[in-house]
Amino acid sequence: MKRLVLFVPLILFMVLGAFLYKGLFLNPKAMPSALEGQPMPEFKLLTVKQGDRVVTKSDLKGDYYLLNVWATWCGGCKVEHPYLLDIARSGVPIYGVNYKDSLENASQWLQSYKDPYQFSVFDVNGELGLNLGVYGAPETFVVDHKGIIRLRYAGIVDTNAWRVKLKPLIDQIKREIAQEKTS
Amino acid sequence: MRILLILMASLMIMLSHQALASSVETYQFSNPDYEVRFQELNKILRCPKCQNQNLADSNSMISQDLRREVHRLMEEGRSDEQIMEFMVMRYGDFVLYKPKVDSVTYFLWYGPIGFGVLGLLILMVIVMRQRKKRVLVSSEEERGEHLSEKEQQALDKILANNDR
Repeated sequence: MKRLVLFVPLILFMVLGAFLYKGLFLNPKAMPSALEGQPMPEFKLLTVKQGDRVVTKSDLKGDYYLLNVWATWCGGCKVEHPYLLDIARSGVPIYGVNYKDSLENASQWLQSYKDPYQFSVFDVNGELGLNLGVYGAPETFVVDHKGIIRLRYAGIVDTNAWRVKLKPLIDQIKREIAQEKTS
Repeated sequence: MRILLILMASLMIMLSHQALASSVETYQFSNPDYEVRFQELNKILRCPKCQNQNLADSNSMISQDLRREVHRLMEEGRSDEQIMEFMVMRYGDFVLYKPKVDSVTYFLWYGPIGFGVLGLLILMVIVMRQRKKRVLVSSEEERGEHLSEKEQQALDKILANNDR
């Protein structure tokens, strides 16, 4: 018994070491989103391309959709753009939130790089961005058939992010929809 | 030498003013108390984009927005708690420099106290044991009972062997 007590410091050290070792590989920038599991916030804003048209939350149609926060001042958005075009082509509706940008730059961008969005909300003051808890661009939200935000992905949606994070979630939402229809 | 010092000092003052002017927008407050509360809130709210700066300290776009929002909410007559709640709803607990006390953070808040108490307990046990031992030894000394008769004989024998 006495002998075993001698091992207590070693065990404590190993437990502490394990925790600290794990800490080495944590991403300090990864921030849990407060909005996951919350309904998509309300808004009433203009769009980038459609002049006077005012859009609200009810204009975001589809069983599920992606909401992509982008801006022309954002370098990552340019990298992400071709991937978004691919995703839109595969049949997933994407809505854009043009975040704190100028209308001229934004429409120019959509013209020269093609437009993957159903429409882009023109959020020049970042009001919708604020209610979404956006703190930079690009950020992508997955919203399900009940209008609940299921995922907030901060960063570039490339093939890897799509395969590992977004696609599985969308498949799951599809399954949930199918289940609810049958029951 | 003196002139140089004065020059340097005035340069520093100029530069520091510039730094201040660039990071803080001016806001009008309808109530002088608001300004104090505004400064306080900007100190305890953390910039979501930055790793370790508060709103007052950061000049990032998001901090400017959030400062504007704090000002707006304050002018609407919201309390500090409501404003913090508003921020937490959108940006999570990350925006609070001082973590809330809840089931996730109990360990964080009370862990150090727990460790302190545990340490004291261990220390107490060790001290008590030592004291008990000392009392035992001293009482043996008083009674002159260091060794039993048998032990004394054994010792004598060893000593006698050594002498030879």
